[in-house]
Amino acid sequence: MCLYFNGSASQKQVFSFAMAHSCFVFLSLHVCSRGFLCLVVPCLDSLCLSASQQLVGVVGLEIHAQINSNTKLFSSSPVCFLAPPNSLVSFFDASLPGTLPVLNRRCVEAAVMTGLALDCTINRKSLFDRKHYFYADLPAGYQITQQRRPIAVDGMLTYSLLGGIKRSQVIKKNVHIKQIQLEQDSGKSLHDDVRSQTLIDLNRAGVGLMELVMEPDMSCGEEAAAAVRELQLILQALGTCQGNMSEGQLRVDANVSVHRPGEPLGIRTEVKNINSVRYLARAIDYEIQRQIDILQRGGTVQNETRAYDAKLGETIPMRDKEGLQDYRFMPEPNLPPLIVFEDNASLPAGIDACQAVVLQKIREGLPELPSVKRDRLVQMYGILPEHSFTLVNEDGLMEYFEAVLKETKAGPRKVTGWVTNELLGQLRQQDMSVAQSLISPLALAELLELQETGHISSSVAKQVFQEMWSSGKTALQIIQEQDLGLISDTAQLHSICQKVVDSHPDEVHAIRNGNKKVLNKLMGLVKKETRGRADPVLLLMRL
Amino acid sequence: MSISSLCATRRVSLTIIRPSFSFLTNGHSIPYGVNFIRRTPSCSQSRITNVTRLFSSRPHNPKVPEVPTWKPVAEDQLPTPAHIPADLVDKLERLALVDFRTKQGLACLEKAIRFADQLHVVDTSGVDPMDSVLEDRALYLRDDTVMEGDCAEELLQLSKNTVEEYFVAPPGNIPLPKREERAAMLKHSEF
Repeated sequence: MCLYFNGSASQKQVFSFAMAHSCFVFLSLHVCSRGFLCLVVPCLDSLCLSASQQLVGVVGLEIHAQINSNTKLFSSSPVCFLAPPNSLVSFFDASLPGTLPVLNRRCVEAAVMTGLALDCTINRKSLFDRKHYFYADLPAGYQITQQRRPIAVDGMLTYSLLGGIKRSQVIKKNVHIKQIQLEQDSGKSLHDDVRSQTLIDLNRAGVGLMELVMEPDMSCGEEAAAAVRELQLILQALGTCQGNMSEGQLRVDANVSVHRPGEPLGIRTEVKNINSVRYLARAIDYEIQRQIDILQRGGTVQNETRAYDAKLGETIPMRDKEGLQDYRFMPEPNLPPLIVFEDNASLPAGIDACQAVVLQKIREGLPELPSVKRDRLVQMYGILPEHSFTLVNEDGLMEYFEAVLKETKAGPRKVTGWVTNELLGQLRQQDMSVAQSLISPLALAELLELQETGHISSSVAKQVFQEMWSSGKTALQIIQEQDLGLISDTAQLHSICQKVVDSHPDEVHAIRNGNKKVLNKLMGLVKKETRGRADPVLLLMRL
Repeated sequence: MSISSLCATRRVSLTIIRPSFSFLTNGHSIPYGVNFIRRTPSCSQSRITNVTRLFSSRPHNPKVPEVPTWKPVAEDQLPTPAHIPADLVDKLERLALVDFRTKQGLACLEKAIRFADQLHVVDTSGVDPMDSVLEDRALYLRDDTVMEGDCAEELLQLSKNTVEEYFVAPPGNIPLPKREERAAMLKHSEF
């Protein structure tokens, strides 16, 4: 049965199941409001608009979150990304005969904490099951999971999208969490097509996962992406999962179908291989559109597993799932039921308090969640909700914002504007993260300070910002080198104004006749002449 | 590791009869320590194999009877023997990845099912189904501290085929033979 440790095992065929997914349930549905656009996910051809043809998308998600722990779920070998192959493998992980699972308390506590943060009911008694399938990176031939009675059920994730015409309206949405179950990760397979063999690395085999099953309450890629982003922030705040999608710490599979509202759900496909939030939105929207196209041509959607190809921007069919698929779920005989206690008082005699998982203790240790943090930012700094949304959702942007704020007299709203517009705009353009910013919070603070104290105008400040980004010089250097300081010498300013007035007699005449609007034109001309260095207040007085 | 922890919760008294999992290095795949003892000097011909848990001090747990106490159930008390259609053989082979579509293979399977049929005689009315005999035990929870791993060399030695530090497996997803091909294969076997 063990394919690798004795070469004689029957290898006539190997069933092809990728990761273990147990639950596909569609219960409730939502119809997407139209035309949401999101800052987090710069999307996309708006599939939400396809409501005109009446067909709408229905999206449910299954998310595997790798538990942030030192050791694996059932063995005390280390958890580490990018270690030499098979260096983090115990005898149990390699499923040698005679080894038994020993549950990691940290993993249980992480799952309970995640459940509490998502308003789940924590099952006081949960059970472990074996799910059988054959694949080279699963040496035991089964995965230990929680099929019958998972650790947490019936929760809710509240997430927000920026919507409305100007994308400035924060729209709250909910998605139901059906369950959270503890389970083992599989190893990794490297396929060598040339030599027709598969290389197996068991470092990941047995690492603890939380599988979160979300009900199909979403209707487009953007909603799914926003929900996943919020979950990612929550997990990171809790510290229960590092949430790095590119390292596979958060793996998302989407169940996608389309139907006409009010009618039964359509046939779904499962989209796998999605390794970023951005691709998640694209993959789902592509898939919804593909299904709509099929139905409108009079075809039928196949129930199949599809992979997202980021290069093509398409979903493509994966290997056909065997029609005959029997996971032969059975109770895990080596693990008694997992009991979680309400508080220390409810511990039965003979159970060590530091051995037990106690809800009250975990509840008390819950950190500030992203939604609370946003509310706090709005209250503390008087900024707009949509700005608090951007600050919290962009990795490191809030820290950047607070660092700038500390070093300048400029107000929070002003700093928010700079950080969410100029800085973020520049970062987006270059496809960079906040941590990669070429302008440090301190340098930006210096620039804002120069503007605040009247040394430069706001338009020059923006110009200097661009200059700082490309040259790496400080704001002061750039201003001095290019002589961008405000002209505060009234005599100089006066002569410039005089020149403009002299060369535009028609406009001056119009103003004299009471057409004050023309004054703005003259102002503009002076600004042009001074390359934006004229203090507008002073200028107005002069003219 | 886990064995000792489970035993601890079960209050089986423990000491070590083997210093470590030596079966890995000496090539004997014996997960549990096996003691061969002679029951009495008089029956020198019969040896009782007494399997004890690894790390268990006593060769015998007083809660376990020393000799088997079961007796075969009469054939007329059992349900009618299960018939195994070819389709079921087909399915079982796929699930288990084991070839057994020969006369002997089938006979062996039928005997196994017949053996399990004896369980039907047990009266379980009023008894809730159990997952395991450990159900009423507290599940031992381990601290999140690294204690093992880093034994790639030892593990890779067990594999017939390795590349660098990887195990080598045949390519995954070998398509199963088509239904008709399998039917043909079944027809041509002895079965």
